[in-house]
Amino acid sequence: MSEETRLDNYAYWRANLRLLAICLSIWFIVSYGFGILLADVLNQFRIGGYPLGFWFAQQGSIYAFIILTFCYAWKMNKLDRQHDVHEE
Amino acid sequence: MDLQTLTYIVVGATFALYIGIAIWARAQSTGDFYVAGGNVNPIANAMATAADWMSAASFISMAGLIAFNGYGASVFLMGWTGGYVLLAMLLAPYLRKFGKYTVPEFIGERYYSDTARVIAVICLILASITYVIGQMKGIGVAFSRFLETDYDTGLYVGMAIVFFYAVLGGMKGITYTQIAQYVVLITAYTVPAIFISLHLTGNPLPQLGLGDRLLSDGTYVLDKLDQLLVDLGFNRYTTQVMGNDLNMFVYTLTLMIGTAGLPHVIMRFFTVRTVRDARLSAGWALVFIALLYTVAPAVGGMARLNLMDTIQTGPVGSPDGNLKYEDRPEWFKKWETTGLLKFEDKNGDGRIQYYNDKNPEFAKKAEEWGWKGSELKVDRDIMVLANPEIAGLPNWVIALVVAGGLAAALSTAAGLLLAIASAISHDILKGLVVRDMSERAELRASRIAMALTVLLAGYLGLNPPDFAAGTVAIAFGLAAASLFPALIMGIFFKHINREGAIWGMIAGMGVTLLYVFQHKGIMFIPGTAFLGDMPANWFFGISPNAFGAVGALVNFIVAFLVTKFTSPTPVHIQDLVDDIRVPKGSKSVVQGAH
Repeated sequence: MSEETRLDNYAYWRANLRLLAICLSIWFIVSYGFGILLADVLNQFRIGGYPLGFWFAQQGSIYAFIILTFCYAWKMNKLDRQHDVHEE
Repeated sequence: MDLQTLTYIVVGATFALYIGIAIWARAQSTGDFYVAGGNVNPIANAMATAADWMSAASFISMAGLIAFNGYGASVFLMGWTGGYVLLAMLLAPYLRKFGKYTVPEFIGERYYSDTARVIAVICLILASITYVIGQMKGIGVAFSRFLETDYDTGLYVGMAIVFFYAVLGGMKGITYTQIAQYVVLITAYTVPAIFISLHLTGNPLPQLGLGDRLLSDGTYVLDKLDQLLVDLGFNRYTTQVMGNDLNMFVYTLTLMIGTAGLPHVIMRFFTVRTVRDARLSAGWALVFIALLYTVAPAVGGMARLNLMDTIQTGPVGSPDGNLKYEDRPEWFKKWETTGLLKFEDKNGDGRIQYYNDKNPEFAKKAEEWGWKGSELKVDRDIMVLANPEIAGLPNWVIALVVAGGLAAALSTAAGLLLAIASAISHDILKGLVVRDMSERAELRASRIAMALTVLLAGYLGLNPPDFAAGTVAIAFGLAAASLFPALIMGIFFKHINREGAIWGMIAGMGVTLLYVFQHKGIMFIPGTAFLGDMPANWFFGISPNAFGAVGALVNFIVAFLVTKFTSPTPVHIQDLVDDIRVPKGSKSVVQGAH
């Protein structure tokens, strides 16, 4: 591996870690945050018949997980191309 | 047509389908056998993953867990879905890039150590065996309950089916039968749920129905449920916690990282063509899983409401507020014969009182009304199984639910059996004992390993050992505490070396097993629990089932410390890690699959 590729791969990895940090923070907030730690506070609000904290624990967090996973895949595929590490 | 004939026809038709697929998808090579040729479409793989993942417990027991634990059961909903986020982002793409057949193989190469590989095999086998016993029991129970064979016969039929397609087709046969099984199980789960939601709220989407108003009196479903439960001395449905907040937090974390660390799930991602496909496939897997997991809260909540409403027909405490036993509906009678629903008229008034007699304050009040204890025992599995009848759905829906439960058990059993068989034939036999084994010999060995594994699982299903009761604790705890940290450090922490990984896995596994055993008994043998199974002795109130995350933390700490004091990771291993971090240059696991 040439020095240049090595540096570029390093930059790619840093960008990946940054993206991971953002995605996993959201992952943490919607489930552990909204669904458990803040559930009592959020339960004062409602969507339809759902108390909000309960909704996050049993519905919302799961929808957020799906969106997150697809966003990550989409962003990474872009990042792969930017750093020229994509598969043929 | 009577229900039993119909059930035989529907279940028979699905079994014929699985066998047909097995004949079509025979394995020709080890690549076919371990990773289905390495060119499975990402969406097809996602469906197979969903079926692989959703077991008899997800299908039959989870809605019941939710019905009786309310908000507290959220740990299962978040835990068993959130793990896929970790899998999609932290494991699947890199392990796919690594491009080999098994999870222990990655651990063995990354930590340049046969010892590490063997420890990984042990964790894999322990976790998968306990898990597979539950599936085998599920198959036996489903047969005995609905097809009125005895338990053993049901188990033999189930074994024969799995034997046929798993031995013949390996991962290839399993993948394509799992896709069919997913379709069967998701239809069987959602159809009754849609009808119940329509029946109660007029809303066809169960996910929205649970948050909607009741057709009967216009109150919200959850408000009504909260009210009914509180009136009868139970905890409020939407706020009752499992243990305490810390326990829920740690339990969820254990289930999430346990999910991401379970080998039979991870290995599904070895079957797709590219790293890009692996990322995408994980997303789709989550969609297919969420179809069941977002419906389950509605099934649980509405079934509980139906149950309470059926029994508490009038105001709580009024002499004629409770259902007369002789007026009980048909489904009630039917489920009484199975023993899953039990009524005992403690106060001899001919009416059914169902309330929380463990709540001392309420029990005192109930006594004034002449109630002498709750008279109904409800098995939680009934919530899914009796649902179609409670909603008055036609017999074919009931037959479909049986086929769905069997599909869930069979698909998960097959995935687990493959994980065990490939660890034996590929990691132990080819990897350590006969290194120069030819491709043909390995294929034959893997088939024999699979056949023996099926027989072993069947044997354990017929004679469940004591520790089978601790399935969840052992499987998720071990995967969370041993495999997950080793895999994460293998990819994200280049400097973690052989010694660190080995001692980390041993420490994580040791701490978790010790905690489980000290509260649940050594190998779950009653009476050997030296600290007793009581919440008062739990470490910060964390239940044994939830302890895997603490074990994982220990694993990480030990691995970092040991690495600090031992020789650094060799350069060629560091290069290997650099290589798996970028998708470029990924090769199909199987030559010529591109």
